[in-house]
Amino acid sequence: MQPIISVNNVSKKFKEVEAVSNVSFDVKAGEIFAFLGPNGAGKSTTIKMLTTLLRPTEGALFLSGHDVIKEQDAARKVFGIVFQDPSLDDELTAYENLELHAVLYGVDKKIMRRRIEELMTLVELWDRRNSRVKTFSGGMKRRLEIARGLLHHPKILFLDEPTLGLDAQTRKLLWAYIQKLNANEGMTIFFTTHYLAEAEAIADRIAIIDNGKIVASGTTEELKQQTQTNNLEEAYLELTGKTVRDEIVDAADSRKDMIRRVIANRR
Amino acid sequence: MDIIYILWLRQMKRYRRSGLRMVLSVVQPLVYFLTLGFGFNSLFQQAGRGSYIQFVVPGVVAQTILFTSIFWGVNIMWDKQFGFLKETLVAPVSRLKVMLGGSLGGATIAVLQGIVLFIIALLFGFHPYSWSMLLLTLAVMAILSMTMVSFSSGIGAVVNDMQGFMAITNFLVVPLFFLSSALFPLDNIPPVMKAIAYANPLTYAVDAMRGSLINQNHFSLPVDFAVMSGTLILLFYFSIHRFKRIQA
Repeated sequence: MQPIISVNNVSKKFKEVEAVSNVSFDVKAGEIFAFLGPNGAGKSTTIKMLTTLLRPTEGALFLSGHDVIKEQDAARKVFGIVFQDPSLDDELTAYENLELHAVLYGVDKKIMRRRIEELMTLVELWDRRNSRVKTFSGGMKRRLEIARGLLHHPKILFLDEPTLGLDAQTRKLLWAYIQKLNANEGMTIFFTTHYLAEAEAIADRIAIIDNGKIVASGTTEELKQQTQTNNLEEAYLELTGKTVRDEIVDAADSRKDMIRRVIANRR
Repeated sequence: MDIIYILWLRQMKRYRRSGLRMVLSVVQPLVYFLTLGFGFNSLFQQAGRGSYIQFVVPGVVAQTILFTSIFWGVNIMWDKQFGFLKETLVAPVSRLKVMLGGSLGGATIAVLQGIVLFIIALLFGFHPYSWSMLLLTLAVMAILSMTMVSFSSGIGAVVNDMQGFMAITNFLVVPLFFLSSALFPLDNIPPVMKAIAYANPLTYAVDAMRGSLINQNHFSLPVDFAVMSGTLILLFYFSIHRFKRIQA
């Protein structure tokens, strides 16, 4: 069977720095796939290329058979994404944010209302549906983003560190729901995380990226065998070393810093 | 259509909820109108040119629209910084619709502000020469705001930091405004200044506004509308081209 996600010899250069270098991997339909690596290893850059936000310098990417570069719209219809950084409109209410998303993805109006209620109930935000997002805490925003990513029932769901900053209860609830979606609807899940126990518990297969290159991939068992270690965390540290990484600050990040400074100065 | 509408609606909601911004953005042109209008009125009349208040109202209405729309790109910058732009960029909708929805929202807001200023001017004694011609004024307002809003969005798409954006727009807006016919008639000014004013697209919008509001034209309405439409098409084309190239 044809893989639902296919990355072929992809590289991405930012001026001098090569963030991703000649990466290839496949994800099968219905798999839960964890994409792990230290800060600045190239995880987010890879996700951005897969989701049409960045163009690769070299190589090709396919989602459900659609070339991400040449058939952007077809590729965009296939996936949902929960970004690492917030991407909600703070001035709109929680409900309005989801409604806007539903319209962008052409979800039928009747289905839309039912599904928004269902998802917002799941993430325990239905009571706050008419509150503006700017009044939400970080965790609430995260939950809302996750609900939004699921709204149009994508074939592939990208989750870039979805559980960052969430408490243990919410994390558990969330993974249970995602596993349910995966089992019932065959939704392919592609996620990154720094909680290795999460990856070990949930992922069918794992790829580890470091310095822009895939250093290992396989099931948890395979990775443990390959490194002769007892759990995923040990295997991971064996493969990526123990030094702390500096993240490559790309243009977007330095922009954000600048804006934050401007805002801070105004106050 | 749904997509353009929902993105337009988003801007309307944000505007309605912005509170003070709604009020503050008409204050500056209002100060121009009151000080210049009443300050120069008698001088203008002594020079045999009629009422300066009548003359300057089309100029300050255009100013209101210009200032609101040329800073519209701030919203694009904002959406870039705070991530919402990514939400629209990964969605299976064309960039054209994304830009059109937002820009129509910005243009609507700019026109509304222009109308507010116009109503205030009425309260201070301004009288249009023909009420039916106001429809034409509205068309001028719509074209001008759409032109500047899309241009500003294009700048917002290219520039990546807020200071840069503010520097560019401030650099543009002051000469655009002062070297148009917004504040003074064009017939007795030095040739260099005249040449610049003739090359300034805003001059034609002000002229069309003056033509439709007080029946004074330096050029003629067909010329004004031709230049305005041409500018709109050109700047919209520039902006959509830039917008398509945004990477996040």
